[in-house]
Amino acid sequence: MSDLTRMTATEIAGLVAGGETSAVEVTRAHLDRIAAVDDRVHAFLHVDSEGALAAAREVDDRRAAGEELGPLAGVPVAVKDVLTTKGVPTTVGSRILEGWRPPYDSTIVQRLRAAGTVMLGKTNMDEFAMGSSTEYSAYGPSHNPWDLARIPGGSGGGSAAALAAYEAPLAIGSDTGGSIRQPGAVTGTVGAKPTYGGTSRYGLVAFSSSLDTPGPCARTVLDAALLHQVIGGHDPRDSTSIPQPVPDVVAAARLGATGDLTGVRLGIVSELVGEGAEPGVMAAFRESVDALAKLGAEIVEVSCPNFRYALPAYYLIAPSECSSNLARFDGVRFGLRVGDDGNRSLEEVMSLTREAGFGPEVKRRIMLGTYALSSGYYEAYYGQAQKVRTLITRDFTAAFDRVDALISPTTPFVAFPIGSRTSDPYQMYLADLYTIPTNLYGGPGISVPCGLSEGLPVGLQIMAPTMADDRMYRVAAALESAVGTFTPPAL
Amino acid sequence: MTTTLPAYDEVVARYEPVIGLETHVELGTNTKMFCGCPTDFGGEPNTRVCPVCLGLPGSLPVANKAAIEATIRIGLALNCSIAQWCRFARKNYFYPDMPKDFQISQYDEPLCSEGYLDVEVGGELVRIGIERVHLEEDTGKTLHVGGATGRIHGATESLVDYNRAGIALVEIVTKPVPGTGALAPEVARAYVTELRDVLRSLGVSDVRMEEGSLRCDVNTSLNLPGEEWGTRTETKNVNSLRSVERAVRSEMLRQASVLDAGGRIIQETRHFQEDTGETRPGRSKETATDYRYFPEPDLVPLAPDTAWVAELKAALPELPRLHRRRLQEQWGLSDLDMQSVLNAGAVELIEQTVAAGATPAAARKWWLGELSRRANETGVELADIGATPAQVAELQVLVDAGKLNDKLARTVLEGVVAGEGSPTEIMTNRGLEVVSDTGALTAAVDEAIAANPDIADKIRSGKVAAAGALVGAVMKTTRGQADAKTVRELVLERLGAQG
Repeated sequence: MSDLTRMTATEIAGLVAGGETSAVEVTRAHLDRIAAVDDRVHAFLHVDSEGALAAAREVDDRRAAGEELGPLAGVPVAVKDVLTTKGVPTTVGSRILEGWRPPYDSTIVQRLRAAGTVMLGKTNMDEFAMGSSTEYSAYGPSHNPWDLARIPGGSGGGSAAALAAYEAPLAIGSDTGGSIRQPGAVTGTVGAKPTYGGTSRYGLVAFSSSLDTPGPCARTVLDAALLHQVIGGHDPRDSTSIPQPVPDVVAAARLGATGDLTGVRLGIVSELVGEGAEPGVMAAFRESVDALAKLGAEIVEVSCPNFRYALPAYYLIAPSECSSNLARFDGVRFGLRVGDDGNRSLEEVMSLTREAGFGPEVKRRIMLGTYALSSGYYEAYYGQAQKVRTLITRDFTAAFDRVDALISPTTPFVAFPIGSRTSDPYQMYLADLYTIPTNLYGGPGISVPCGLSEGLPVGLQIMAPTMADDRMYRVAAALESAVGTFTPPAL
Repeated sequence: MTTTLPAYDEVVARYEPVIGLETHVELGTNTKMFCGCPTDFGGEPNTRVCPVCLGLPGSLPVANKAAIEATIRIGLALNCSIAQWCRFARKNYFYPDMPKDFQISQYDEPLCSEGYLDVEVGGELVRIGIERVHLEEDTGKTLHVGGATGRIHGATESLVDYNRAGIALVEIVTKPVPGTGALAPEVARAYVTELRDVLRSLGVSDVRMEEGSLRCDVNTSLNLPGEEWGTRTETKNVNSLRSVERAVRSEMLRQASVLDAGGRIIQETRHFQEDTGETRPGRSKETATDYRYFPEPDLVPLAPDTAWVAELKAALPELPRLHRRRLQEQWGLSDLDMQSVLNAGAVELIEQTVAAGATPAAARKWWLGELSRRANETGVELADIGATPAQVAELQVLVDAGKLNDKLARTVLEGVVAGEGSPTEIMTNRGLEVVSDTGALTAAVDEAIAANPDIADKIRSGKVAAAGALVGAVMKTTRGQADAKTVRELVLERLGAQG
């Protein structure tokens, strides 16, 4: 048998279903790979070998008993440490939750288990999903398999690195401002942010409730679509979940893979090209646009004038919600507690716990948000940002009256060296310049590898109307069929 | 405050009070506001909890439809307009009995607003304006141990019970009520009483003040006639109807004494002391609290369907005040008689007894007579006396059938209250039935005549009034189980005298 870790999820599932390999064998191969490379990549915060092997055995038993298995049964998956996993540590990349073992599974993880996928462990991330490089993880950064001295993107850099390092064929991320798509772009993998409400947030440790969206990460568009189909759909435990079935993203990916985009109209967003982007990124993007045109797509340019306000609006809305969402980390009920020596007041213990438990970026955002929501400032900051959000949504809906999907580079620059941007938060925030508008609007977006710049991957972003996730998969699969996939140098 | 308080009459002669009431009602929904945990009172600490009401990372709230329905019904009963679209909001503050360190409440978009409730005080109707009715979640309970006061200050340990956290809570806020003068304390009490009755008639809460399912904060201020309203204080820990009245009165007296001395009223939270009937200042807040309200992003906006609201409105029960008026007419009671029924807390009991077959007069007689007397003696609410309306109705059936006389009926009722069973069972078990066997009665009468020849002679000679002595003797030998009227007829008959 050729190397199981180099296969796509689709291939692995086929082999398991056909009895040509077992889920246990597949799982062992990936656990071995993790053992071999993860000390250099640091994609994982926790590897659950026992749990993974037990889940794999169960799949094999079910198959032996003649049960019909789902399309991803026996396929290993790495889960971003932002999702609760019953009995398995969930830290959100923060000291404040070190050692916490949740008493319940998130909906996404429940669905992964029900589908017979095998959870390998929990992946590294910027603390509370705030960051674009994993450098804000309390447990140290992950490394980009393309160049270990560079960042793998963030916040979901661990999931993306795990894919690029062949430690897992599938991974789960969460995207608040680009945390699935930007890591996908800089690691040469596929990352999809579903429509807000298309995937359940129940059990996703909240950063910004109105923006957070869990979604699939994979090395191919079809694999991402298969994973999307498994985790998506209405969840009565999440009030903001949309009570509609998942658009048929798998069929759309298969259709796109035929390489025909005749009749599809794509809009390049004027505001998301050029300014601030590295020349190599723009070159790869332009070549991909030509490739899309060759597949039959009609390419037009579309202006979304309010996108220029997306970044400032985002940095008011997300911190505001985070300042409230993160209040519960007070040392009273779970996680870290500092200074409870019997002499200190409750307020002091809460303060000491939060002081010690949160990292600098989290504190920065809590303070930003606390200020933005303060009486007297609310209208000028939070209120104004919500108005901008409405304007951005209008830009999207107006654009989608003219085109089927919008395209842009996923991020202005390729993977940067570790340590090169941490001293300037604004430089770090720019990594999400192109991905944030989609979050404010709530529609789906996907990053698909489209080329290399100086030997490092570049991603192309496709944005679609809300609940038209299938549309972006079709375009993404078509592009993939034209430009192929990208393999990092051996570790 | 050691200064002597001024007399109430003088206070209301000099100052005009303005009152306002904020009432929290725990809804009687089976499950909590945002999760499926049960809500029954009691239970071991932290056993009625789940990731949602514990605010565990990743958990999300889902609004309870039954609670929304109950809130809309309360709003409708209080003549409010119901919002066509509104949102929950987060009220942010750190406190350990708040699992998320924010409370899901409503801020500038309450579900119900701009209503009123008419209450009767001294035969007059007073209209209390309702500012808003909104829905929120209750907090847990903190127990501070090791200190002298039970307060957090000085305690060595604080224990938190989250069983109550997340129970659906409705807040009902009145508009300021000026112009009630000396009646202000009574108006406050009448309002809470009427509100409680309305909530009970809606069946949305068990409205027990002593268990905390109905909680009341009382705002009071005084001003000189013709001048602007004064600074108000908010009195908490008002746990009974009587306390509502006392709290307003005591706060009026205290504020007057401060103002009389040239002092200034501080806007503050005060605590009512049940034992002394006074209010004491709460822990003063060092800084003004900024709750940083913002719309709750984890919940979708509420948009109650207009047709649904109309349906709920059409199905509202009769208002307690109108219901009472109708009962008064049906029962043929004077205002004074009705008032004594109200004071005894017997309206529903009598109503149910009548529904179980008794006449209004009989039902009223038992509840206001024997049972009220016993309730007073033992210090329990009439409704908790241990006799049900059905049992009282059954008792009356036995009396009407001649099986029990008045005295025996009281004895049977005693047994009912003691939990011995139904009136019929007690009558049978204790052998209390009226002796209606005339053979046995005649024998007893003859025996009495033989034992009292002098009296018998008097009766024979026409002194009919002397019959009472023989009747008494017969009643004694039959242990009261004979019908006195029948005995008297028999005595006269045996002695050949005319009644």
